[in-house]
Amino acid sequence: MVSNSETKSNKFLLAAKYVVRSLAFPLFAIFISFFVAVFFVMWSKGYGITQYFTALTDLIGIIITGSFGSTDQTLQTMNYVTPLIFTGIASAVSFKCGIFNIGVEGQFTLGILAAAVVGQIHGLSPIVHIPLIILSGTVAGGLWGSIPGFLKAKLGINEVINCIMLNYIAMYVVNFVIMRTPAGIHGKGQTPIIQDSAKLMKLNGVSFGIIIALICAVVVFWLLWKTTKGYEIRAVGINPHASEYGGINISKNIIFAMVLSGAIAGLGGAVHLSGTVYMTTDLLSFIGYGMDGIAVALLAKSNPIGCIPSALLFGTLESSSRILQINNIPKEVVYLIQSVVIVFVATDYIVDYFKEKKRKKGAVVNG
Amino acid sequence: MDKVMEMKHITKIFPGTIANDDVTFELLKGETHVLLGENGAGKTTLMNILYGLYQPEKGDIFLNGQVSKINNPNDAIKLGIGMVHQHFMLIDKFTVTENIILGIEPKIGLKIDMKKAINDVKELAEKYAFNIEPTAKIEDISVGQQQKVEILKALYRGADILILDEPTAVLTPQEIDELGTIIDNLKKEGKSFILITHKLKEVMKMSDRVTIIRRGKVTGTVYTKETSIDELAELMVGRKVNLTVNKSEAKIGKDMLVVENLQVKNHRGILAVKGVNLTVRAGEIVGIAGVDGNGQTELVEALTGLIKPQNGKVMLDGKDIFNKTPREISDSGVGHVPEDRQKRGLILDFSLFENSILGLYHKLPFSKGIIMKYNEIRKHSQRLISEFDVRTPSDEVTAGSLSGGNQQKLIVAREISKNPNILIAAQPTRGLDVGAIEYIHKRIVEERDKGKAVLLVSLELDEILSLSDRIAVMYDGNVVDILERKDADERKLGILMAGGTVKNGKEVRDGE
Amino acid sequence: MDKFTLVVSIVAATLRMATPLIFTGLGGVFSENAGVVNIGLEGMMITGAFFAVLGSFLTGSPLVGILFAAAAGGLIAALHAFLSINLRADQVISGTAINLFATAFASFMIFKVFNTGGQTNIVHSLSYNIPKFIQNIPILGTLLGGLNWFVYFALVLVFVTDFVLYKTPFGLRIRAVGEHPSAADTLGINVYKIRYTCVILSGMLAGIGGASLSIGISNLFREGMTAGRGYIALAALIFGNWKPKGTMWACLLFAFGSALQINAQMMSFQLPDEIYAMFPYVLTMLALAGFVGKTTAPAADGIPYIKGKR
Repeated sequence: MVSNSETKSNKFLLAAKYVVRSLAFPLFAIFISFFVAVFFVMWSKGYGITQYFTALTDLIGIIITGSFGSTDQTLQTMNYVTPLIFTGIASAVSFKCGIFNIGVEGQFTLGILAAAVVGQIHGLSPIVHIPLIILSGTVAGGLWGSIPGFLKAKLGINEVINCIMLNYIAMYVVNFVIMRTPAGIHGKGQTPIIQDSAKLMKLNGVSFGIIIALICAVVVFWLLWKTTKGYEIRAVGINPHASEYGGINISKNIIFAMVLSGAIAGLGGAVHLSGTVYMTTDLLSFIGYGMDGIAVALLAKSNPIGCIPSALLFGTLESSSRILQINNIPKEVVYLIQSVVIVFVATDYIVDYFKEKKRKKGAVVNG
Repeated sequence: MDKVMEMKHITKIFPGTIANDDVTFELLKGETHVLLGENGAGKTTLMNILYGLYQPEKGDIFLNGQVSKINNPNDAIKLGIGMVHQHFMLIDKFTVTENIILGIEPKIGLKIDMKKAINDVKELAEKYAFNIEPTAKIEDISVGQQQKVEILKALYRGADILILDEPTAVLTPQEIDELGTIIDNLKKEGKSFILITHKLKEVMKMSDRVTIIRRGKVTGTVYTKETSIDELAELMVGRKVNLTVNKSEAKIGKDMLVVENLQVKNHRGILAVKGVNLTVRAGEIVGIAGVDGNGQTELVEALTGLIKPQNGKVMLDGKDIFNKTPREISDSGVGHVPEDRQKRGLILDFSLFENSILGLYHKLPFSKGIIMKYNEIRKHSQRLISEFDVRTPSDEVTAGSLSGGNQQKLIVAREISKNPNILIAAQPTRGLDVGAIEYIHKRIVEERDKGKAVLLVSLELDEILSLSDRIAVMYDGNVVDILERKDADERKLGILMAGGTVKNGKEVRDGE
Repeated sequence: MDKFTLVVSIVAATLRMATPLIFTGLGGVFSENAGVVNIGLEGMMITGAFFAVLGSFLTGSPLVGILFAAAAGGLIAALHAFLSINLRADQVISGTAINLFATAFASFMIFKVFNTGGQTNIVHSLSYNIPKFIQNIPILGTLLGGLNWFVYFALVLVFVTDFVLYKTPFGLRIRAVGEHPSAADTLGINVYKIRYTCVILSGMLAGIGGASLSIGISNLFREGMTAGRGYIALAALIFGNWKPKGTMWACLLFAFGSALQINAQMMSFQLPDEIYAMFPYVLTMLALAGFVGKTTAPAADGIPYIKGKR
């Protein structure tokens, strides 16, 4: 072991190296996906190959002005970013436990639904109503997440298909409530706007929800790295056999992680409804924040704090879609960028591949 | 005798190591030439090159005097080279025939001509006097039979040179003799054999010549009848090796672990432990000998809570630990060095300090309530690392970056640091180099001298014989006999391991 | 409508609705038996569905549309294969990325080619005319009249797949690669090549499955029209124990739910639309839950093969 002062400067260097290395990959992924996306932009605007850079600057320019051009637009962007932070953290928690919670979409949706219903209750004071509406979404999401969690923990059924099925079922539950119960307005195909007492306050036009989201990120980070529960979750995610050997209860942790993940997604839904949209229409397809949350988490390498800048990126892309449309660039470019990002995150191996090539050059004798 | 194969000046480099460093190796027709070396010396790598699975950076291969390029197993097979790997390359769900014909299936139209295939296999088996059922599924036949299928696979493809990688690892002493007979018969037909092994006794018994590899380099090629086990050991390790463990007399104390009529089903639902009775006392090492697959794995898993036992009683120092969770068992005073260190013993992506508290994190001082106390954890891990000589730049590196020997040392350190009443060590030195083996043996004996109970499970008879005070043999899910060390020798143990019985020192056969 | 006609209608609807699932499921059979998990079947179906319409739109021939669908599905599958096999990406993430990409790409193309959003123009679908004398056969005639060419094609394909997988050398090697790729490798079998082939095949079949949805059942492509069928096909594969015939039966079971929804008005007791819509999904979950421990995946399914890792 090295001496104390050497250790101190070593530590700083190591930390710096660590940060650069962790960022290198996500930045690389973003870079490549933009690179690919520009081709689609060129195709839609009919640019020739020599106009690549024009297309690139067009794309970036429009995205930035579209999302941050005016105060109004920046606020709008924040409204997209906030739910993404929640769904990103929700996905990240499940990934850390080795579970692919692709059901964040459904859990988020039910969070919205629960909030939409609870938000209609008459005659409550905001001090009661706001925590209640937030809680309702959290509980709804947690319950919805517990289903695939139980099925995986107790019956060993792979969670992916169950989560996807529950996403679709959640959509139909929302429609059922809107169309067939008094909680929805059949004629308009939506739930009523919630009571004022249930609406989250705004700071300078931005919903308070973003503060909740940031707090959530910090709390989850603390949970994962500073508590025994987090140690267990991460251990199970990497090596369930060794975790079992080390006395960790695999079943309990899988269920816990899924419930927590669903709860955070549901919380995000409730915050979104209570802070921004105040009602929900009937659904013909997925709302989308859940699926995007997976991309957010993957890019952030499942780090809850990393989900914040990652959500910022995806939220920005999302929020610029309207203005892209106006500039004759189809908004699908945004989804294309997203999927390419995921593709590159999935191929983590590229980095390892280059690392291995480097090591081969410095061969050392056996031992 | 002419040279059927020569490998000249072979060099193979992997990221970070030179696996083969200017190696020259030859094979004469009709001989058994052993490639001897410690784990990690480079023997398997060299043979993988011969079989076309790897390409060397430098060097040439000559077959019957001709330079040959072997770019893939197909080339090797065409040149008459066959390889039986250490871990069998057989598909459990397929039949014997399907495994043998895979890749060169006889066809009739678009279909596989299964009738011809079965016939061909039957004829081949009869030609070499192998007793094999062509339509049996691999998962239903014994390990010895599976090895025969592997050899048939090579013969079916016309192999004249057969490479056997650690062929005796999974066999009883009697099955090893049987293999020796098969090899002799095949040599009479003109086949030549390369045996890869690290077992000195087998080398002396089964080979004509030995080439020793240490750390990627050849340290010698000798005629077996002109050398000795001690000389081979020295060539293998580079220094004089003490092959025996110095032990003082055991100071036996009270009964620590008492197992009564323990029955355990394996993960497939079949009864693997069929009523085991065993006692381990404080201050003694009880070794469980046996061929892999006779219930030892399930026994250890049941004792440590990793599998649910059906029936029986297990008491530790008077406390009931039957069918308890791994945490309850560990907290009751059981230390467990698992047989698969990378699967069970460590979380390879976690740092060393996070691994050092696996199984301990829920206790003070490592955590208070749900808060982890990293200061204490780091102190603990650094103490383990220095006390047990774990070679690592710091405790922050991942466990996966350590060598096998250092990984095992960390696990042993951790389990011993729990100060358990009984230490259960399953295959504690599997895959380790001699230095690490010596060290771990030393610490195990230390625990026993401190008055702890030790239950040792090993597939290496030498290890059992050198460490144990008493030896229990497991065969087919039962402990067939328990011998005092002074009454046990390899021959007796071999008979018991194969299911025979020993009366008055003589093997008793059925019907006598 | 009398009872018989109702039953016939439901059976015909079941067969029609099962067909896209069967094609896609068979695609999954090839991919997974070779050891590659294919979550991307949904995306390949979407791609196939869109390109079938595109092909029919550009040439006026639905048969060309089917070719387009198979080719496009195969191409997207090649991407999944590259990511999973060469770059050793996590196969679930890679598949999910493919799905997102395919959805986005299809939407993009609707805009680009048809200048609208949401769905394409109506195109020529595969016409299906049964001679009058067959239609007049009681019960059977009505049944056959309610099908289309894709249905027959799908059923034949089930038997072809079964033959290929269990009776031919290619099939033996596929299963070997899925169970124990090292064993196959040491016998000189090219594991990468077989996996690539099977994944691309799965994409082509899923593409045809998509075609059977867009030009088989309707005559256009609408965003979201696959509605998770790619995943249901995957569940059918698991439920069918990774075998072609089993997968077919599972697909029929799942399609039954949709068939009920179509014929809901005709039935004596009625449930709200939304409940019917949930049927296939709930059924899928129940099926998976009910078949715990009785199915066995290929041993090396989902694990990237690294040559030389011993």
